[in-house]
Amino acid sequence: MKEKAKGKVKIEGKLVLKLYVSGMSSKSMAAIENIKLLCDEHLKGSVELEIIDIFKNPKLASEQHIVFSPSLLKKLPLPQKTLVGTLSDTKKVLKALGITIE
Amino acid sequence: MAKSKHETLLKTPTGISGLDEITNGGFPKGRPVLICGSAGCGKTLFAAQFLIKGITDYNEPGVFMSFEESSKDLVENFKSLGFDFKKLQAQNKLRIDHVRIERSEIEETGEYDLEALFIRLNYAIDSIGAKRVVLDTIETLFSGMGNMALLRSEIRRLFSYLKEKGVTAIITGERGESSLTRQGLEEYVSDCVILLDFRVIEQIATRRLRIVKYRGSTHGTNEYPFLIDEHGISVLPVTSLKLDYKSPTEIISTGLAALDRAFSAQGIYRASSTLITGSAGTSKTILAAHYALSSCKRKERTLYFSFEESPDQLVRNMATIGINFKKAIQSKLLHIHASRPSLQGLEMHLMVLNRLLTELKPRTVIIDPISSLITIGNSSEVGAMLVRLMDTLKMNQINALFTSLTNDGSSSNDNPTVDLVSSLADTWIKLTNEERNNERVRSLLIVKSRGMGHSNNQQDFTITAKGIHFSTPNKK
Repeated sequence: MKEKAKGKVKIEGKLVLKLYVSGMSSKSMAAIENIKLLCDEHLKGSVELEIIDIFKNPKLASEQHIVFSPSLLKKLPLPQKTLVGTLSDTKKVLKALGITIE
Repeated sequence: MAKSKHETLLKTPTGISGLDEITNGGFPKGRPVLICGSAGCGKTLFAAQFLIKGITDYNEPGVFMSFEESSKDLVENFKSLGFDFKKLQAQNKLRIDHVRIERSEIEETGEYDLEALFIRLNYAIDSIGAKRVVLDTIETLFSGMGNMALLRSEIRRLFSYLKEKGVTAIITGERGESSLTRQGLEEYVSDCVILLDFRVIEQIATRRLRIVKYRGSTHGTNEYPFLIDEHGISVLPVTSLKLDYKSPTEIISTGLAALDRAFSAQGIYRASSTLITGSAGTSKTILAAHYALSSCKRKERTLYFSFEESPDQLVRNMATIGINFKKAIQSKLLHIHASRPSLQGLEMHLMVLNRLLTELKPRTVIIDPISSLITIGNSSEVGAMLVRLMDTLKMNQINALFTSLTNDGSSSNDNPTVDLVSSLADTWIKLTNEERNNERVRSLLIVKSRGMGHSNNQQDFTITAKGIHFSTPNKK
């Protein structure tokens, strides 16, 4: 995370996230690092995160309509969102996940 | 498919009838091919046919990666063409992967690549050992995404991946305003580029195909008309047929004993083509009707294309001069197909004719008049079609008769169809209706008859209740 978000975190319901990465590529590693940092800092206990390597599960990529990698799928709460890229744009990530920090 | 030492590039048959002839064997094996064209020109069908025929005719499994239509839609859309996607999927010969991209759900949060797409494609190819791949239409990826430079470099990587993988791939692209495709895909696919075109000229829609580029191979450079019918796409390589048909020596009657006698062989050759020219009202149709009836008498199926009269009118009018078509139609020996020439494009006429040829397997075909076709295209198109038509008839050993309207008073033929057909036809009969001693006199002259002698006399005739009657006795 390039900039640290401060304040009280507001989330509606539990977050269910799935991060699809392609092996150990630098972009994959960056995305993993970024999402872990975000979870540790703000979302302790209120997030369920699964990291999936599509190299090992190629079938899942097509079932889950993954085109870009890395891709973070927000399954819950609805609406579903797909966050593509290394998740380095924190503001965008928080907004897309429906997280507001007061 | 390498035919000679010079043609070292390996080819993959396209499965599109006519296209292999133009491309000297098909697409470059193991390389990507770009098919571009505007919306509705048949790109998806083209790609689907390549894939399906690859499976059914050449036993090459295929992957269809669809960026637009869902796999369910594809299955539905191609059912009507007899492409059974479901069966082929069940046999592990076909994989359909629908790449659905919901723009509204996507947020770009940093650098990304298309690795996931590569993995999907690779998985699909490996799972069935695919040799053919279709990407339809990959440019969809670009819409709404911010990082164009990234996508471009990924697309470039995708093409080199396909080459490395050794699959023959079709990539479709929407035609751009100033370039072949909107995203300039032609820059990346350097081996083979095909342009499809759908245009309306004088209210008649025609489809055209052109090979823009084919590296390392000779190919036809013309624009070729192509058709879409219930059997899919077929390209008409109008000029690539060869002159190698068989020529029977059997003699058949023209339907008029007196006319038969004017030929040294007492008739005309089977499977020969006859042209009847004359201005309006010179009894061209009547002569054609005699010819048709004689074919029916030989118990041979006859197909009569009428571009001016409805079947009913033709039957009625011929009945008044003793030519009974009704019986021939009832006994299913005569089939009259009437349509306005302008109703369809030239290719459609040719297609209908080809279809009827396969369905009815006629031994005799009459086109009355062939000159009507000139109204629906420019003369070079009509010319090419006529050559194709004549060759088709010859190869199928069909007796052919064409009538053609010529303008009054002109000694030379200003009508290009007559020029062309008369040189192609084996027999040419000229009809006139001229004024002599305050009387209109009908007469007939054989201009040429290949492979036999013929009378050089102008023979007068009248139309009676029993058809054409020659008034002057024929001499050889």
